[in-house]
Amino acid sequence: MDTIGTHSLDFFKTDKHEASRALSRSLKNRFLTLLCIALSLATLVPLVSIVILVLKNGLPLLSRHIFTELPPAAGMAGGGFGNAIIGTLVMVGIGLAIAAPVGILSAIYINEYAPISRLAKTVRLVAKLLTGIPSIICGVFAFAIVVMRTGYFSAYAGGVALAVLMLPTILLTAEQALTGVQSAYREASYGLGATRFQTIIRVVLPDALPAIMTGIMLAVARAAGETAPLIFTALFSQYWANSLSEPTASLSVLIYNFSTVPFPHQIQMAWTASLVLVAFVTAANIIAQTAFSRKH
Amino acid sequence: MSAPDPDSQPIADFKSRPDLFRLLCQAAAALAVLTLGWILYEIIYGAWPSINKFGWNFLATAAWVPNREKFGVLPFIIGTVASSGIAILLAFPLGISIAIFLNENFLARPVRQTVRFVVEMLASIPSVVYGLWGIFVVIPLVKGFGDWATVHLSGVPIFSGPAYGNSLLTASIVLAIMILPTITAISRNSLSAVPHTLREGAYALGATRWEAILGVIVPSAAPGLVAATILALGRAMGETMAVAMLIGNSSRLSWSILSPSGTLAGLLANQFGEATGMQVNSLMYAALILVLITLLVNLAGEAILRYTQKKTAGIH
Amino acid sequence: MPTLVENTGQSKVSAIHELGRADFISVRDFNFFYGKKQSLFDINMDIPEKQVTAFIGPSGCGKSTLLRNFNRMNELIEGVHHSGEIQLVGKSIFDRNVEVIALRRTIGMVFQKSNPFPKSIYENVVYALRISGQTKKSLLDDCVERSLRGAALWDEVKDRLHESALGLSGGQMQRLCIARAIANRPKVLLMDEPCSALDPIATVKVEELIRELKQEFTIIIVTHNMQQATRCSDRTAFFYLGKLVEYDNTHKIFSNPSEKKTEDYITGRFG
Ligand SMILES: Nc1ncnc2c1ncn2[C@@H]1O[C@H](COP(=O)(O)OP(=O)(O)OP(=O)(O)O)[C@@H](O)[C@H]1O
Ligand SMILES: [Mg+2]
Repeated sequence: MDTIGTHSLDFFKTDKHEASRALSRSLKNRFLTLLCIALSLATLVPLVSIVILVLKNGLPLLSRHIFTELPPAAGMAGGGFGNAIIGTLVMVGIGLAIAAPVGILSAIYINEYAPISRLAKTVRLVAKLLTGIPSIICGVFAFAIVVMRTGYFSAYAGGVALAVLMLPTILLTAEQALTGVQSAYREASYGLGATRFQTIIRVVLPDALPAIMTGIMLAVARAAGETAPLIFTALFSQYWANSLSEPTASLSVLIYNFSTVPFPHQIQMAWTASLVLVAFVTAANIIAQTAFSRKH
Repeated sequence: MSAPDPDSQPIADFKSRPDLFRLLCQAAAALAVLTLGWILYEIIYGAWPSINKFGWNFLATAAWVPNREKFGVLPFIIGTVASSGIAILLAFPLGISIAIFLNENFLARPVRQTVRFVVEMLASIPSVVYGLWGIFVVIPLVKGFGDWATVHLSGVPIFSGPAYGNSLLTASIVLAIMILPTITAISRNSLSAVPHTLREGAYALGATRWEAILGVIVPSAAPGLVAATILALGRAMGETMAVAMLIGNSSRLSWSILSPSGTLAGLLANQFGEATGMQVNSLMYAALILVLITLLVNLAGEAILRYTQKKTAGIH
Repeated sequence: MPTLVENTGQSKVSAIHELGRADFISVRDFNFFYGKKQSLFDINMDIPEKQVTAFIGPSGCGKSTLLRNFNRMNELIEGVHHSGEIQLVGKSIFDRNVEVIALRRTIGMVFQKSNPFPKSIYENVVYALRISGQTKKSLLDDCVERSLRGAALWDEVKDRLHESALGLSGGQMQRLCIARAIANRPKVLLMDEPCSALDPIATVKVEELIRELKQEFTIIIVTHNMQQATRCSDRTAFFYLGKLVEYDNTHKIFSNPSEKKTEDYITGRFG
């Protein structure tokens, strides 16, 4: 007896109905794949458009003067935004000077000293929530505690706003960096009779440093691009700043101000400032990535 | 440290000294926690006169006339919810598609890495640059679409005219691009956390790839996808500059997505610098509402994310 | 031409066990590569119908690799290729006409780690029917009961069919996966170490089940447990370093192996 016949070999396309059903399933599969690919590649469109426009509109004005001169008055030609570049750097620096120590020390506390304490859990949650707070709220906060108290807009106020913005990023990445340190190192250090402080300073921190730097650079990249926290804390200035307690220009606020004026030259300058800002932010991000890869 | 002679060393020095460094770290941690409370305190303190004066009416009034001391944020609350809601509607299908694309091997690895890089780049572009780009690219497009839609789709309330370039739709489109990285990254994580065995199980039962993706993998990752959406919503609601530059900042209520609108964050950005008196207090009140909404949204997102992690931890 | 006989589950289980075809699955000169690395070398074997064939051998010898070729699951891995032939009832499974999703319905698979979908018990069982477009409720209900009974799980879960499958115990989950695989009415059931994550009691249940199921299915089981191989298999294949060393009746392999390697392995001298 031919036993083949007793088995319905339905993995061969024998049954007509079955075959058409399989065909429609595989067509649907194909269609969804193409759709998914198309949608994913569509994300290239906005990015490419932004990059092209920033380059096309930003490059013509890019010259040495941009970095050394002051912004042109309304309707005037020439000039640059040297004060805004310095202002951005200074305020990011102030923010970093506040946020980095607080963030890293907190991370050490919640990872090295009391990882399962209630404080540690609260710190983690609060840091997560702080990352979700709109950046403009950092500005409102700095406005309340610096501008309203001192009575004037200042680089300090902008720096404080950026510090609040940077704190959660630095804290959370530093904690991850510390978690990444193998506990064998710590145990070896304790085993040799080192105190906890010695272990942290000599063993844990050096090992985690590249990853901590990554977090710092990411925070810097984000803070440098932010406008909202600065717009009513540092405000803007047409002039070189003499001190940290006067209104201070920044690249991002310059872009904002110039993008809404009816003068082509100013608008062009906004594009050039965008080019500089995007270049700076991208550089900071790339440094962040490479600093991180050193660890592995 | 010089190596002491083991014999001459006292057995141990059990006296514990206060660890100053520990105290320092603890203080820093406490400061980090207090920051959130401090922010809330300062905002409530600043808003207090306005809270006292307007109470709940502040939320339900559609008037913002500083020189007549009339303050109500209803249009801005609606604008915030509407702009981020539309942004989510646009970004969700796109973000999930990209997450699936990155999680599968439809195309060669270099292509996938490029797409991933592009999405990461989108996250790093500053908000003002999106605003500037939106002014010169998206506004003309939306204006063109709006002029067409007001004629051909005039029966539909959300397309009623006249069409403006600075509109709710413009802001929403740019917002959608800005939150795409958030949705993609979190969705991708939760998709790749789905155990490989589930996919194999579906294939072994004769499922096609998309039957496995849509029937098994996406449902398993669903809480993560929801969390991604909620966290992205939180981001969209707080996004300030690009929206302020594109939405038109109007406090007029309108059904049309083609007319100007305003958001809470945009209101703050526009008015804080020059505000005085009760206007400052009212802006603080608006800030308080914004903080509370975003905190709530983020708390929900985090809670879902945690729940997901716990659940998948059980499957592995 | 003989008529096409529908295999209806219950009638077959109680039917007298008839001997099937000896080369139900036949493997010819089969080589398999993960990229450049060859992991199967010139495999030749015939697997008989409606019997249990056990694959044994030390870890990494290629048991899973061969098993996962029978339903072409290995194609999901990037960069694999093969040479040689695998035939199911005389037809190549690599033939261009073969619809791989239909092949996988004909050859079911149970994995080492149970992998129920995060759906209800009911939905897990009818998954294969649903994706092939079956919506008739009575048919689905029938299938659920028949499959769960077949997997000896019906009595334990009949009152909570619509609860999540993730609430079951490890052994129950594995039997659910077996039910899910046989709901498809496959001809062959591949099992890759189905009991390695189970406790002894659950293991006994699954082994009993395997002995039952061979009335209806051709079963291939990978196992590291020698007792399990003797208890539930009819034939045993011993693999070593990607080669098929010995393949014979289980009784013969365990009592009087003809290869020294086989003897060393089953007596625990290595591996
Ligand atoms: N996805 C893969 N990519 C590359 N090599 C693989 C892959 N899967 C298995 N291998 C290699 O193929 C060989 C055979 O593996 P296989 O999983 O078939 O062994 P096994 O006999 O099932 O072992 P075990 O008893 O541990 O399950 C091994 O050397 C393994 O390293
Ligand atoms: Mg194996």
